Amino acid sequence: MSAAGIHTPGMKNDYRARNHPAYWAFIVHRLSGLLLTLFLPLHFWALGQAFHGAAGLDGFLAWTQNPLVKFAETGLVLLLAAHMAGGARLLLIEFLDWREWQKSLLAVAAGLSLAFGLAFALNLG
Amino acid sequence: MQTLKVKVWRGAENGAFQEFEVPRQESQTVLDVVTYVQRKCDPTLAYRFACRVGVCGSCAMTVNGRSRWTCRTHVDKVAEDGSVEIAPLRNLPVIKDLVTDMREFFDKWAKARGRFSGSKTRKDEFERVSPESKERKRVDAGIECIGCGVCYSACDVVSWNKDYLGPAALNRAWTLVNDVRDTAQSERLAAVAGDAGCHACHTHLNCTERCPKGLSPTAGIAGLKRAVLSATLSGKI
Ligand code: HEM
Ligand code: SF4
Ligand code: SF4
Ligand code: FES
Repeated sequence: MSAAGIHTPGMKNDYRARNHPAYWAFIVHRLSGLLLTLFLPLHFWALGQAFHGAAGLDGFLAWTQNPLVKFAETGLVLLLAAHMAGGARLLLIEFLDWREWQKSLLAVAAGLSLAFGLAFALNLG
Repeated sequence: MQTLKVKVWRGAENGAFQEFEVPRQESQTVLDVVTYVQRKCDPTLAYRFACRVGVCGSCAMTVNGRSRWTCRTHVDKVAEDGSVEIAPLRNLPVIKDLVTDMREFFDKWAKARGRFSGSKTRKDEFERVSPESKERKRVDAGIECIGCGVCYSACDVVSWNKDYLGPAALNRAWTLVNDVRDTAQSERLAAVAGDAGCHACHTHLNCTERCPKGLSPTAGIAGLKRAVLSATLSGKI
């Protein structure tokens, strides 16, 4: 027997083992979750401007008309849509009995998030 | 003659790859390649196999970065630019070369209460379980596991949490949860609940992607999550 005892870590997987659609879905879900978490305090801060009177909030809302901000917003909608569609996919996989069609949920989730993002971007004009 | 460039892991975790040239053959498997290296190039190479036909589950290794059963993996399918890289399974202590210490993998089957507990004796009648019943169909979907460790090696949660029971042990527990004859259901659900159990799974599907028997441990783990939830809500565990 080797000196290696129980629970020694062993070698780790690299990117080659992870390059498949479901793992990419996980990466998208985690990144979008973290970015949304970063955005949330900003969102509350913006809402909090209302406490300092309408002028403060209106000033901020005027700033959000800036095309760059609009562009960033589309990204945000895309993140939220991707996270929500991905989250719904996970919940469907976990709460329904396993069916082959669940593999296609990934495509459905990706399609839905793109659709949301596009709809928002087109509405901007 | 066509040759294959083979990089084989030598030593324990702090070892290194050693290169060999192996003649290509028709329908050659990765296990054939490893066997050639051991017989013709270096007899000190350590590796495991037994059945050579995908039954025993002892020949799993990491081939070009992915966990696979080697006896039924054709070189044609995995070679990249005429070369293959062969390493031991991930997430398990490496004893030597391509041989890992599988104790924790099997100990976790025991921890997940992966053994059957019945109430009948040989004097009783056979229990009748309809092949059409929901439970029996769920058992069928998970029962063909050969204990190869491919899924365990592919699972990131195993890398993150050394206590995580892992896909194979949880898949086994799920087949028993659906065994209508079993009498230890509450203990089993308690054993697979919690941080090191089914709730640690992030549904990456690495295991399902890799299982050579085409099983989906992810599906079984999702089933366990639901079973634990309803047992908790109804006060059974
Ligand atoms: C819109 C509806 C939402 C749904 C359906 C949803 C669903 C989920 C689900 C199912 C998970 C578990 C993923 C796993 O097991 O790995 C998760 C994780 C997470 N969510 Fe959401 N979520 C939503 C909104 C949000 C929002 C608004 C935020 C941030 C402000 C957020 C941040 C996160 C973070 C940080 C994680 C952890 C990611 C990980 O473990 O990889 N989620 N979400
Ligand atoms: S689905 Fe769960 S058990 Fe399977 S590889 Fe992913 S985290 Fe591990
Ligand atoms: S579930 Fe599949 S990959 Fe995992 S040990 Fe069983 S046969 Fe091997
Ligand atoms: S040698 Fe038995 S499964 Fe490969």
